[in-house]
Amino acid sequence: MDYSKIFYVVSAVLFILGLKKLSHPKTARNGNMISSVGMLIAIVATLLSYNSLDFTLILIGMLIGGLIGGIFAVKVEMTQMPQMVAIFNGFGGAASALVAGADFITNMDKLKTGEMINGLDPTFYLVVVILSIFVGTLTFTGSFIAFGKLQGFISGQPIIFPGQQILNALFAISLISITVYLSMGGNDLVNFFYAIVFLSALMGITLTIPIGGADMPVVISLLNSYSGVAAAATGFVLMNNGLIISGSLVGASGLILTNIMCKGMNRSLANVIFGAVGLVQEGASDGGAQKQMNIKSYSTEEAAMILDAAEKIIVVPGYGLAVAQAQHAVREVADLLESQGKKVLYAIHPVAGRMPGHMNVLLAEANISYDQLKDLDEINPEFEDCDVAIVLGANDVVNPAARHDKSSPIYGMPILNVDKSRTVLINKRTMNPGFAGIQNELFGFDNSIMVFGDAKDMLQQLLKDLKEL
Amino acid sequence: MDINILTVFILAIIVGNEIISKVPPTLHTPLMSGSNAISGIAIVGAIIATKIDGSIGTWFGLIAVVFATVNVVGGFMVTDRMLKMFKRK
Repeated sequence: MDYSKIFYVVSAVLFILGLKKLSHPKTARNGNMISSVGMLIAIVATLLSYNSLDFTLILIGMLIGGLIGGIFAVKVEMTQMPQMVAIFNGFGGAASALVAGADFITNMDKLKTGEMINGLDPTFYLVVVILSIFVGTLTFTGSFIAFGKLQGFISGQPIIFPGQQILNALFAISLISITVYLSMGGNDLVNFFYAIVFLSALMGITLTIPIGGADMPVVISLLNSYSGVAAAATGFVLMNNGLIISGSLVGASGLILTNIMCKGMNRSLANVIFGAVGLVQEGASDGGAQKQMNIKSYSTEEAAMILDAAEKIIVVPGYGLAVAQAQHAVREVADLLESQGKKVLYAIHPVAGRMPGHMNVLLAEANISYDQLKDLDEINPEFEDCDVAIVLGANDVVNPAARHDKSSPIYGMPILNVDKSRTVLINKRTMNPGFAGIQNELFGFDNSIMVFGDAKDMLQQLLKDLKEL
Repeated sequence: MDINILTVFILAIIVGNEIISKVPPTLHTPLMSGSNAISGIAIVGAIIATKIDGSIGTWFGLIAVVFATVNVVGGFMVTDRMLKMFKRK
Protein backbone atom coordinates (compact mmCIF):
# COMPACT_ATOMS: atom_id res chain seq x y z
CA MET A 1 0.00 0.00 0.00
CA ASP A 2 1.21 3.43 -0.90
CA TYR A 3 1.16 5.38 2.36
CA SER A 4 1.19 8.78 0.68
CA LYS A 5 -2.46 8.12 -0.19
CA ILE A 6 -3.45 8.13 3.48
CA PHE A 7 -1.77 11.48 3.91
CA TYR A 8 -3.65 12.87 0.91
CA VAL A 9 -6.89 11.96 2.65
CA VAL A 10 -5.68 13.76 5.79
CA SER A 11 -4.84 16.82 3.67
CA ALA A 12 -8.24 16.78 2.01
CA VAL A 13 -9.96 16.60 5.39
CA LEU A 14 -7.89 19.55 6.63
CA PHE A 15 -8.81 21.57 3.53
CA ILE A 16 -12.49 20.91 4.18
CA LEU A 17 -12.18 21.82 7.86
CA GLY A 18 -10.22 24.93 6.95
CA LEU A 19 -12.85 26.08 4.47
CA LYS A 20 -15.57 25.35 6.99
CA LYS A 21 -13.95 27.75 9.43
CA LEU A 22 -14.21 30.47 6.80
CA SER A 23 -17.90 30.67 7.68
CA HIS A 24 -17.11 33.31 10.31
CA PRO A 25 -14.49 36.10 10.45
CA LYS A 26 -13.62 35.03 14.01
CA THR A 27 -12.50 31.53 13.03
CA ALA A 28 -11.41 32.26 9.46
CA ARG A 29 -7.74 32.93 10.17
CA ASN A 30 -7.47 29.71 12.07
CA GLY A 31 -9.13 27.91 9.15
CA ASN A 32 -6.58 29.26 6.71
CA MET A 33 -3.83 27.96 8.98
CA ILE A 34 -5.45 24.51 9.03
CA SER A 35 -5.61 24.46 5.23
CA SER A 36 -1.96 25.41 4.96
CA VAL A 37 -1.01 22.57 7.32
CA GLY A 38 -2.99 20.26 5.03
CA MET A 39 -0.90 21.44 2.10
CA LEU A 40 2.35 20.96 4.00
CA ILE A 41 1.36 17.38 4.82
CA ALA A 42 0.56 16.65 1.16
CA ILE A 43 3.90 18.07 -0.01
CA VAL A 44 6.02 16.28 2.59
CA ALA A 45 4.18 12.99 2.04
CA THR A 46 4.84 13.24 -1.71
CA LEU A 47 8.51 14.06 -1.25
CA LEU A 48 9.01 11.11 1.08
CA SER A 49 7.06 8.42 -0.71
CA TYR A 50 8.61 8.55 -4.16
CA ASN A 51 12.09 7.18 -4.71
CA SER A 52 14.60 8.69 -7.03
CA LEU A 53 13.29 12.22 -6.70
CA ASP A 54 15.83 14.93 -7.40
CA PHE A 55 15.47 16.85 -4.14
CA THR A 56 17.88 19.62 -5.09
CA LEU A 57 15.99 20.40 -8.26
CA ILE A 58 12.61 20.34 -6.52
CA LEU A 59 13.86 22.42 -3.63
CA ILE A 60 15.26 25.06 -5.98
CA GLY A 61 11.91 25.16 -7.78
CA MET A 62 10.02 25.53 -4.52
CA LEU A 63 12.41 28.19 -3.30
CA ILE A 64 11.93 30.28 -6.44
CA GLY A 65 8.15 29.83 -6.36
CA GLY A 66 7.94 30.49 -2.63
CA LEU A 67 9.99 33.65 -2.97
CA ILE A 68 7.84 35.00 -5.82
CA GLY A 69 4.61 34.09 -4.02
CA GLY A 70 5.81 35.51 -0.72
CA ILE A 71 6.85 38.83 -2.24
CA PHE A 72 3.52 39.11 -4.05
CA ALA A 73 1.63 38.34 -0.85
CA VAL A 74 3.46 40.92 1.24
CA LYS A 75 3.66 43.71 -1.33
CA VAL A 76 0.24 43.63 -2.98
CA GLU A 77 -2.09 46.54 -2.27
CA MET A 78 -5.61 45.55 -1.26
CA THR A 79 -7.00 47.45 -4.26
CA GLN A 80 -4.87 45.21 -6.48
CA MET A 81 -6.15 41.98 -4.96
CA PRO A 82 -8.18 41.10 -8.10
CA GLN A 83 -5.04 41.32 -10.23
CA MET A 84 -3.14 39.09 -7.84
CA VAL A 85 -5.90 36.49 -7.73
CA ALA A 86 -6.06 36.61 -11.53
CA ILE A 87 -2.33 35.89 -11.83
CA PHE A 88 -2.52 33.13 -9.24
CA ASN A 89 -5.46 31.52 -11.02
CA GLY A 90 -3.29 31.53 -14.12
CA PHE A 91 -0.33 29.92 -12.37
CA GLY A 92 -2.61 27.26 -10.87
CA GLY A 93 -4.04 26.44 -14.27
CA ALA A 94 -0.61 26.37 -15.87
CA ALA A 95 0.76 24.06 -13.17
CA SER A 96 -2.06 21.57 -13.75
CA ALA A 97 -1.67 21.73 -17.52
CA LEU A 98 2.10 21.20 -17.26
CA VAL A 99 1.67 18.18 -15.00
CA ALA A 100 -0.91 16.66 -17.31
CA GLY A 101 1.29 17.50 -20.32
CA ALA A 102 4.34 15.83 -18.75
CA ASP A 103 2.31 12.71 -18.03
CA PHE A 104 0.87 12.70 -21.54
CA ILE A 105 4.32 12.90 -23.15
CA THR A 106 5.59 10.04 -20.99
CA ASN A 107 2.67 7.80 -21.84
CA MET A 108 2.58 8.37 -25.59
CA ASP A 109 4.11 4.97 -26.30
CA LYS A 110 1.48 3.23 -24.20
CA LEU A 111 -1.25 5.11 -26.03
CA LYS A 112 0.01 3.67 -29.32
CA THR A 113 -0.13 0.11 -28.02
CA GLY A 114 -3.44 0.56 -26.24
CA GLU A 115 -2.14 -0.43 -22.79
CA MET A 116 -3.77 0.68 -19.55
CA ILE A 117 -2.30 4.00 -18.34
CA ASN A 118 -2.12 4.87 -14.62
CA GLY A 119 -4.72 2.14 -14.21
CA LEU A 120 -7.05 3.87 -16.66
CA ASP A 121 -8.57 2.77 -19.92
CA PRO A 122 -6.52 4.55 -22.66
CA THR A 123 -9.54 6.32 -24.15
CA PHE A 124 -10.63 7.65 -20.76
CA TYR A 125 -7.05 8.65 -20.04
CA LEU A 126 -6.86 10.53 -23.33
CA VAL A 127 -10.07 12.45 -22.62
CA VAL A 128 -9.06 13.54 -19.10
CA VAL A 129 -5.50 14.40 -20.06
CA ILE A 130 -6.66 16.59 -22.96
CA LEU A 131 -9.34 18.15 -20.75
CA SER A 132 -6.73 18.95 -18.12
CA ILE A 133 -4.34 20.52 -20.65
CA PHE A 134 -7.21 22.42 -22.26
CA VAL A 135 -8.72 23.89 -19.08
CA GLY A 136 -5.33 24.57 -17.51
CA THR A 137 -3.91 26.37 -20.55
CA LEU A 138 -7.11 28.33 -21.13
CA THR A 139 -7.04 29.42 -17.48
CA PHE A 140 -3.45 30.53 -17.89
CA THR A 141 -3.89 32.76 -20.93
CA GLY A 142 -7.38 33.92 -19.89
CA SER A 143 -6.09 34.97 -16.48
CA PHE A 144 -3.34 37.05 -17.98
CA ILE A 145 -5.80 38.86 -20.23
CA ALA A 146 -7.98 39.48 -17.14
CA PHE A 147 -4.91 40.76 -15.30
CA GLY A 148 -4.07 43.07 -18.21
CA LYS A 149 -7.58 44.48 -18.23
CA LEU A 150 -7.64 45.05 -14.47
CA GLN A 151 -4.20 46.63 -14.47
CA GLY A 152 -5.05 48.79 -17.46
CA PHE A 153 -2.48 47.26 -19.85
CA ILE A 154 -5.36 46.23 -22.06
CA SER A 155 -8.46 48.34 -22.65
CA GLY A 156 -11.24 47.61 -20.17
CA GLN A 157 -13.70 47.98 -23.02
CA PRO A 158 -14.86 44.74 -24.60
CA ILE A 159 -12.70 43.90 -27.61
CA ILE A 160 -14.90 42.40 -30.27
CA PHE A 161 -14.38 41.58 -33.92
CA PRO A 162 -16.64 40.04 -36.54
CA GLY A 163 -16.75 36.25 -36.49
CA GLN A 164 -15.44 36.01 -32.93
CA GLN A 165 -18.10 33.50 -31.93
CA ILE A 166 -17.52 31.44 -35.08
CA LEU A 167 -13.79 31.42 -34.37
CA ASN A 168 -14.38 30.14 -30.83
CA ALA A 169 -16.68 27.45 -32.17
CA LEU A 170 -14.01 26.44 -34.71
CA PHE A 171 -11.42 26.16 -31.94
CA ALA A 172 -13.74 23.99 -29.88
CA ILE A 173 -14.60 21.76 -32.84
CA SER A 174 -10.90 21.33 -33.67
CA LEU A 175 -10.14 20.29 -30.10
CA ILE A 176 -12.96 17.77 -30.04
CA SER A 177 -11.90 16.41 -33.44
CA ILE A 178 -8.33 15.96 -32.26
CA THR A 179 -9.55 14.09 -29.18
CA VAL A 180 -11.77 11.80 -31.24
CA TYR A 181 -9.03 11.19 -33.82
CA LEU A 182 -6.45 10.32 -31.17
CA SER A 183 -8.84 8.09 -29.26
CA MET A 184 -9.34 6.08 -32.44
CA GLY A 185 -5.61 5.39 -32.49
CA GLY A 186 -4.46 8.41 -34.48
CA ASN A 187 -0.74 8.98 -34.92
CA ASP A 188 1.59 11.93 -34.54
CA LEU A 189 0.77 12.45 -30.85
CA VAL A 190 3.56 14.96 -30.18
CA ASN A 191 2.41 17.42 -32.82
CA PHE A 192 -1.20 17.07 -31.78
CA PHE A 193 -0.15 17.73 -28.20
CA TYR A 194 1.31 21.08 -29.26
CA ALA A 195 -1.77 21.80 -31.34
CA ILE A 196 -3.96 21.24 -28.27
CA VAL A 197 -1.84 23.59 -26.18
CA PHE A 198 -1.86 26.23 -28.92
CA LEU A 199 -5.63 26.07 -29.51
CA SER A 200 -6.38 26.16 -25.77
CA ALA A 201 -4.10 29.16 -25.28
CA LEU A 202 -5.82 31.02 -28.11
CA MET A 203 -9.24 30.18 -26.71
CA GLY A 204 -8.28 31.59 -23.33
CA ILE A 205 -7.58 34.88 -25.09
CA THR A 206 -10.56 34.99 -27.45
CA LEU A 207 -12.97 34.08 -24.66
CA THR A 208 -11.67 36.78 -22.30
CA ILE A 209 -11.02 39.85 -24.50
CA PRO A 210 -14.72 40.46 -25.33
CA ILE A 211 -15.60 40.77 -21.64
CA GLY A 212 -15.81 44.32 -20.29
CA GLY A 213 -14.08 45.72 -17.22
CA ALA A 214 -17.32 45.89 -15.25
CA ASP A 215 -17.79 42.14 -15.67
CA MET A 216 -14.35 41.28 -14.31
CA PRO A 217 -15.73 39.97 -10.96
CA VAL A 218 -17.52 37.25 -12.91
CA VAL A 219 -14.50 36.42 -15.02
CA ILE A 220 -12.14 36.14 -12.06
CA SER A 221 -14.58 33.90 -10.22
CA LEU A 222 -14.96 31.74 -13.30
CA LEU A 223 -11.21 31.46 -13.84
CA ASN A 224 -10.89 30.57 -10.15
CA SER A 225 -13.32 27.74 -10.77
CA TYR A 226 -11.40 26.65 -13.90
CA SER A 227 -8.15 26.43 -11.97
CA GLY A 228 -9.91 23.99 -9.65
CA VAL A 229 -11.38 22.01 -12.53
CA ALA A 230 -7.92 21.76 -14.10
CA ALA A 231 -6.47 20.41 -10.84
CA ALA A 232 -9.32 17.88 -10.51
CA ALA A 233 -8.84 16.73 -14.10
CA THR A 234 -5.12 16.30 -13.44
CA GLY A 235 -6.17 14.24 -10.41
CA PHE A 236 -8.00 11.88 -12.75
CA VAL A 237 -4.97 11.68 -15.03
CA LEU A 238 -2.73 10.68 -12.13
CA MET A 239 -5.48 8.80 -10.26
CA ASN A 240 -4.73 10.94 -7.24
CA ASN A 241 -7.56 11.50 -4.76
CA GLY A 242 -5.80 14.48 -3.15
CA LEU A 243 -5.91 16.42 -6.40
CA ILE A 244 -9.44 15.33 -7.24
CA ILE A 245 -10.91 16.39 -3.89
CA SER A 246 -9.01 19.69 -3.61
CA GLY A 247 -9.65 20.57 -7.23
CA SER A 248 -13.37 19.86 -6.85
CA LEU A 249 -13.56 22.07 -3.75
CA VAL A 250 -11.98 24.96 -5.62
CA GLY A 251 -14.09 24.32 -8.70
CA ALA A 252 -17.28 24.36 -6.63
CA SER A 253 -16.17 27.49 -4.77
CA GLY A 254 -15.44 29.41 -7.95
CA LEU A 255 -18.72 28.37 -9.49
CA ILE A 256 -20.72 29.48 -6.44
CA LEU A 257 -19.01 32.87 -6.51
CA THR A 258 -19.57 33.17 -10.27
CA ASN A 259 -23.24 32.53 -9.69
CA ILE A 260 -23.46 35.14 -6.91
CA MET A 261 -21.74 37.73 -9.13
CA CYS A 262 -24.08 36.99 -12.05
CA LYS A 263 -27.12 37.33 -9.79
CA GLY A 264 -25.72 40.61 -8.46
CA MET A 265 -25.77 41.96 -11.99
CA ASN A 266 -28.94 40.14 -13.08
CA ARG A 267 -27.03 38.58 -15.95
CA SER A 268 -26.71 35.03 -17.07
CA LEU A 269 -23.25 33.56 -17.35
CA ALA A 270 -23.74 33.11 -21.10
CA ASN A 271 -24.68 36.78 -21.35
CA VAL A 272 -21.49 37.85 -19.58
CA ILE A 273 -19.25 35.63 -21.69
CA PHE A 274 -20.84 36.18 -25.09
CA GLY A 275 -22.89 39.33 -24.61
CA ALA A 276 -20.16 41.99 -24.55
CA VAL A 277 -22.52 44.41 -22.83
CA GLY A 278 -20.94 47.37 -21.12
CA LEU A 279 -20.08 49.05 -24.40
CA VAL A 280 -21.62 52.49 -24.36
CA GLN A 281 -24.08 52.28 -27.19
CA GLU A 282 -24.31 55.24 -29.47
CA GLY A 283 -27.73 56.82 -29.78
CA ALA A 284 -28.86 55.33 -26.48
CA SER A 285 -28.29 58.63 -24.73
CA ASP A 286 -30.58 59.57 -21.94
CA GLY A 287 -30.37 63.25 -22.76
CA GLY A 288 -34.08 63.81 -22.35
CA ALA A 289 -34.26 62.39 -18.86
CA GLN A 290 -31.17 64.31 -17.86
CA LYS A 291 -32.76 67.64 -18.77
CA GLN A 292 -35.71 67.05 -16.51
CA MET A 293 -33.54 66.27 -13.50
CA ASN A 294 -33.40 68.91 -10.87
CA ILE A 295 -30.03 68.41 -9.25
CA LYS A 296 -29.35 70.05 -5.90
CA SER A 297 -25.67 70.62 -5.29
CA TYR A 298 -24.74 71.07 -1.62
CA SER A 299 -21.55 72.17 0.09
CA THR A 300 -19.87 69.95 2.68
CA GLU A 301 -20.93 72.48 5.30
CA GLU A 302 -24.60 71.98 4.46
CA ALA A 303 -24.06 68.21 4.30
CA ALA A 304 -22.50 68.33 7.79
CA MET A 305 -25.61 70.04 9.13
CA ILE A 306 -27.84 67.34 7.68
CA LEU A 307 -25.64 64.62 9.19
CA ASP A 308 -25.65 66.40 12.53
CA ALA A 309 -29.43 66.04 12.72
CA ALA A 310 -29.36 62.36 11.67
CA GLU A 311 -29.49 59.34 13.96
CA LYS A 312 -29.09 56.45 11.57
CA ILE A 313 -26.63 56.69 8.71
CA ILE A 314 -25.86 54.11 6.05
CA VAL A 315 -22.73 54.44 3.95
CA VAL A 316 -22.84 52.95 0.44
CA PRO A 317 -19.27 52.57 -0.81
CA GLY A 318 -18.57 52.00 -4.50
CA TYR A 319 -15.36 51.28 -6.30
CA GLY A 320 -14.81 55.02 -6.77
CA LEU A 321 -14.18 55.18 -3.03
CA ALA A 322 -11.33 52.69 -3.28
CA VAL A 323 -9.89 54.44 -6.33
CA ALA A 324 -9.79 57.68 -4.32
CA GLN A 325 -8.17 55.75 -1.43
CA ALA A 326 -10.83 57.27 0.80
CA GLN A 327 -11.57 54.28 3.06
CA HIS A 328 -9.71 55.77 5.99
CA ALA A 329 -11.41 59.12 5.55
CA VAL A 330 -14.79 57.35 5.64
CA ARG A 331 -13.86 55.63 8.85
CA GLU A 332 -12.80 58.91 10.47
CA VAL A 333 -16.14 60.52 9.59
CA ALA A 334 -17.99 57.43 10.82
CA ASP A 335 -16.00 57.37 14.08
CA LEU A 336 -16.93 60.97 14.77
CA LEU A 337 -20.61 60.35 14.02
CA GLU A 338 -20.63 57.24 16.20
CA SER A 339 -19.00 59.13 19.06
CA GLN A 340 -22.03 61.44 18.89
CA GLY A 341 -24.27 58.43 19.50
CA LYS A 342 -25.34 57.91 15.88
CA LYS A 343 -25.67 54.50 14.31
CA VAL A 344 -23.49 53.91 11.22
CA LEU A 345 -23.80 50.90 8.92
CA TYR A 346 -22.24 50.05 5.56
CA ALA A 347 -24.21 48.64 2.64
CA ILE A 348 -22.14 46.40 0.39
CA HIS A 349 -23.52 45.42 -2.99
CA PRO A 350 -22.25 42.04 -4.29
CA VAL A 351 -20.55 43.74 -7.25
CA ALA A 352 -19.32 46.82 -5.36
CA GLY A 353 -15.66 45.97 -5.92
CA ARG A 354 -13.64 44.33 -8.67
CA MET A 355 -14.02 40.82 -7.24
CA PRO A 356 -16.37 39.08 -4.79
CA GLY A 357 -16.05 40.55 -1.29
CA HIS A 358 -13.45 43.07 -2.45
CA MET A 359 -15.13 46.09 -0.84
CA ASN A 360 -15.27 44.30 2.52
CA VAL A 361 -11.52 43.76 2.47
CA LEU A 362 -10.92 47.40 1.56
CA LEU A 363 -13.09 48.54 4.47
CA ALA A 364 -11.59 46.01 6.88
CA GLU A 365 -8.19 47.40 5.94
CA ALA A 366 -9.41 50.80 7.14
CA ASN A 367 -10.26 49.22 10.50
CA ILE A 368 -13.99 49.24 9.98
CA SER A 369 -15.62 46.61 12.17
CA TYR A 370 -16.89 43.63 10.13
CA ASP A 371 -20.24 43.51 11.91
CA GLN A 372 -21.07 46.94 10.45
CA LEU A 373 -20.67 45.61 6.91
CA LYS A 374 -24.06 44.45 5.67
CA ASP A 375 -24.90 42.66 2.45
CA LEU A 376 -27.78 43.46 0.14
CA ASP A 377 -30.49 41.36 1.80
CA GLU A 378 -29.56 42.48 5.30
CA ILE A 379 -29.36 46.18 4.57
CA ASN A 380 -32.29 46.86 2.26
CA PRO A 381 -34.96 46.83 5.00
CA GLU A 382 -32.72 49.18 7.02
CA PHE A 383 -33.09 52.04 4.53
CA GLU A 384 -36.76 52.50 5.49
CA ASP A 385 -35.88 54.17 8.79
CA CYS A 386 -32.51 55.53 7.73
CA ASP A 387 -31.99 59.28 8.06
CA VAL A 388 -29.10 59.75 5.67
CA ALA A 389 -27.68 57.35 3.10
CA ILE A 390 -24.22 58.44 1.95
CA VAL A 391 -23.44 57.17 -1.54
CA LEU A 392 -19.71 57.29 -2.23
CA GLY A 393 -18.57 56.52 -5.75
CA ALA A 394 -21.41 54.06 -6.36
CA ASN A 395 -23.80 54.59 -9.23
CA ASP A 396 -25.49 51.72 -11.05
CA VAL A 397 -26.00 49.71 -7.84
CA VAL A 398 -28.21 52.49 -6.41
CA ASN A 399 -30.10 53.34 -9.60
CA PRO A 400 -33.85 52.94 -8.92
CA ALA A 401 -34.44 52.46 -12.66
CA ALA A 402 -33.36 48.85 -12.09
CA ARG A 403 -36.64 48.35 -10.21
CA HIS A 404 -39.14 49.84 -12.67
CA ASP A 405 -37.67 50.96 -16.00
CA LYS A 406 -37.92 48.01 -18.36
CA SER A 407 -35.95 49.87 -21.04
CA SER A 408 -32.96 50.35 -18.75
CA PRO A 409 -29.96 48.08 -19.40
CA ILE A 410 -29.76 47.38 -15.68
CA TYR A 411 -33.46 46.57 -15.28
CA GLY A 412 -33.93 43.67 -12.86
CA MET A 413 -30.52 44.03 -11.24
CA PRO A 414 -30.82 43.89 -7.44
CA ILE A 415 -30.01 47.35 -6.09
CA LEU A 416 -29.53 49.03 -2.74
CA ASN A 417 -32.74 50.95 -2.03
CA VAL A 418 -31.02 54.11 -0.86
CA ASP A 419 -33.89 56.23 -2.20
CA LYS A 420 -36.07 54.96 0.67
CA SER A 421 -33.93 56.92 3.14
CA ARG A 422 -35.07 60.32 4.29
CA THR A 423 -32.06 61.97 2.64
CA VAL A 424 -29.64 60.56 0.08
CA LEU A 425 -26.28 62.30 0.07
CA ILE A 426 -24.44 61.47 -3.15
CA ASN A 427 -20.79 62.19 -3.70
CA LYS A 428 -19.50 62.07 -7.26
CA ARG A 429 -16.62 63.65 -9.07
CA THR A 430 -18.77 64.80 -11.96
CA MET A 431 -22.12 63.97 -13.50
CA ASN A 432 -20.56 61.26 -15.73
CA PRO A 433 -22.61 58.08 -15.99
CA GLY A 434 -21.47 54.82 -14.41
CA PHE A 435 -20.23 51.60 -15.96
CA ALA A 436 -23.49 50.70 -17.66
CA GLY A 437 -23.24 54.08 -19.39
CA ILE A 438 -26.61 55.35 -18.19
CA GLN A 439 -27.70 58.40 -16.29
CA ASN A 440 -29.04 57.82 -12.78
CA GLU A 441 -32.53 59.18 -12.05
CA LEU A 442 -31.76 59.01 -8.32
CA PHE A 443 -29.72 62.20 -8.59
CA GLY A 444 -32.85 64.18 -9.43
CA PHE A 445 -35.05 62.78 -6.64
CA ASP A 446 -36.55 65.25 -4.14
CA ASN A 447 -34.70 63.62 -1.24
CA SER A 448 -31.35 63.50 -3.07
CA ILE A 449 -28.56 65.99 -2.59
CA MET A 450 -25.27 65.97 -4.45
CA VAL A 451 -21.88 66.91 -3.06
CA PHE A 452 -19.40 67.05 -5.93
CA GLY A 453 -15.69 66.44 -5.64
CA ASP A 454 -13.04 63.78 -5.03
CA ALA A 455 -14.29 61.37 -2.35
CA LYS A 456 -11.25 61.75 -0.11
CA ASP A 457 -11.14 65.56 -0.26
CA MET A 458 -14.89 65.76 0.28
CA LEU A 459 -14.79 63.48 3.33
CA GLN A 460 -11.86 65.32 4.88
CA GLN A 461 -13.64 68.63 4.40
CA LEU A 462 -16.83 67.10 5.78
CA LEU A 463 -14.94 65.89 8.86
CA LYS A 464 -13.63 69.40 9.46
CA ASP A 465 -17.10 70.90 9.05
CA LEU A 466 -18.64 68.33 11.39
CA LYS A 467 -16.10 69.17 14.06
CA GLU A 468 -16.75 72.88 13.70
CA LEU A 469 -20.49 72.57 14.20
CA MET B 1 -12.91 3.10 -15.27
CA ASP B 2 -12.58 3.13 -11.53
CA ILE B 3 -15.94 3.83 -9.91
CA ASN B 4 -14.31 4.68 -6.58
CA ILE B 5 -12.55 7.70 -7.97
CA LEU B 6 -15.78 8.96 -9.52
CA THR B 7 -17.49 8.55 -6.14
CA VAL B 8 -14.77 10.61 -4.50
CA PHE B 9 -15.15 13.29 -7.17
CA ILE B 10 -18.92 13.59 -6.83
CA LEU B 11 -18.85 13.58 -3.03
CA ALA B 12 -16.15 16.26 -3.02
CA ILE B 13 -18.32 18.51 -5.20
CA ILE B 14 -21.30 18.03 -2.88
CA VAL B 15 -19.24 18.73 0.23
CA GLY B 16 -17.64 21.74 -1.47
CA ASN B 17 -21.03 23.13 -2.34
CA GLU B 18 -22.30 22.71 1.21
CA ILE B 19 -19.42 24.35 3.04
CA ILE B 20 -18.75 27.11 0.56
CA SER B 21 -22.35 28.30 0.44
CA LYS B 22 -21.99 28.98 4.17
CA VAL B 23 -19.11 31.42 3.68
CA PRO B 24 -20.50 34.95 4.24
CA PRO B 25 -20.09 37.51 1.42
CA THR B 26 -17.77 39.55 3.61
CA LEU B 27 -15.16 36.79 3.35
CA HIS B 28 -15.50 36.06 -0.35
CA THR B 29 -12.15 37.59 -1.32
CA PRO B 30 -10.19 35.59 1.28
CA LEU B 31 -12.20 32.53 0.19
CA MET B 32 -10.99 33.07 -3.32
CA SER B 33 -7.34 33.60 -2.47
CA GLY B 34 -7.48 30.73 0.01
CA SER B 35 -9.04 28.32 -2.47
CA ASN B 36 -6.45 29.54 -4.93
CA ALA B 37 -3.79 28.29 -2.56
CA ILE B 38 -5.61 24.97 -2.30
CA SER B 39 -5.64 24.60 -6.09
CA GLY B 40 -1.85 24.72 -5.71
CA ILE B 41 -2.27 21.04 -4.73
CA ALA B 42 -1.12 20.51 -8.31
CA ILE B 43 2.31 20.75 -6.67
CA VAL B 44 1.88 17.10 -5.69
CA GLY B 45 1.57 16.13 -9.33
CA ALA B 46 4.39 18.50 -10.22
CA ILE B 47 6.79 16.86 -7.78
CA ILE B 48 5.93 13.44 -9.17
CA ALA B 49 6.37 14.72 -12.73
CA THR B 50 9.98 15.80 -12.10
CA LYS B 51 10.76 12.09 -11.74
CA ILE B 52 10.20 11.55 -15.46
CA ASP B 53 13.80 11.21 -16.50
CA GLY B 54 15.71 12.70 -19.31
CA SER B 55 12.78 14.15 -21.18
CA ILE B 56 10.92 17.40 -21.55
CA GLY B 57 8.59 16.03 -18.83
CA THR B 58 11.12 16.81 -16.10
CA TRP B 59 11.22 20.43 -17.20
CA PHE B 60 7.45 20.63 -17.35
CA GLY B 61 7.38 19.21 -13.82
CA LEU B 62 9.95 21.69 -12.57
CA ILE B 63 8.15 24.71 -14.03
CA ALA B 64 4.93 23.34 -12.54
CA VAL B 65 6.64 23.10 -9.13
CA VAL B 66 7.56 26.80 -9.37
CA PHE B 67 4.05 27.87 -10.48
CA ALA B 68 2.26 25.75 -7.89
CA THR B 69 4.54 26.96 -5.09
CA VAL B 70 3.80 30.56 -6.05
CA ASN B 71 0.13 29.65 -5.63
CA VAL B 72 0.54 27.81 -2.35
CA VAL B 73 2.86 30.23 -0.56
CA GLY B 74 1.41 33.43 -2.01
CA GLY B 75 -2.18 32.24 -1.62
CA PHE B 76 -1.98 31.23 2.03
CA MET B 77 0.13 34.23 3.01
CA VAL B 78 -2.07 36.86 1.38
CA THR B 79 -5.20 35.21 2.78
CA ASP B 80 -3.73 35.39 6.25
CA ARG B 81 -2.80 39.02 5.67
CA MET B 82 -6.39 39.83 4.72
CA LEU B 83 -8.06 37.83 7.48
CA LYS B 84 -5.86 39.55 10.05
CA MET B 85 -7.57 42.82 9.11
CA PHE B 86 -11.09 41.61 9.86
CA LYS B 87 -11.71 42.96 13.34
CA ARG B 88 -14.66 43.76 15.48
CA LYS B 89 -15.01 46.82 17.65
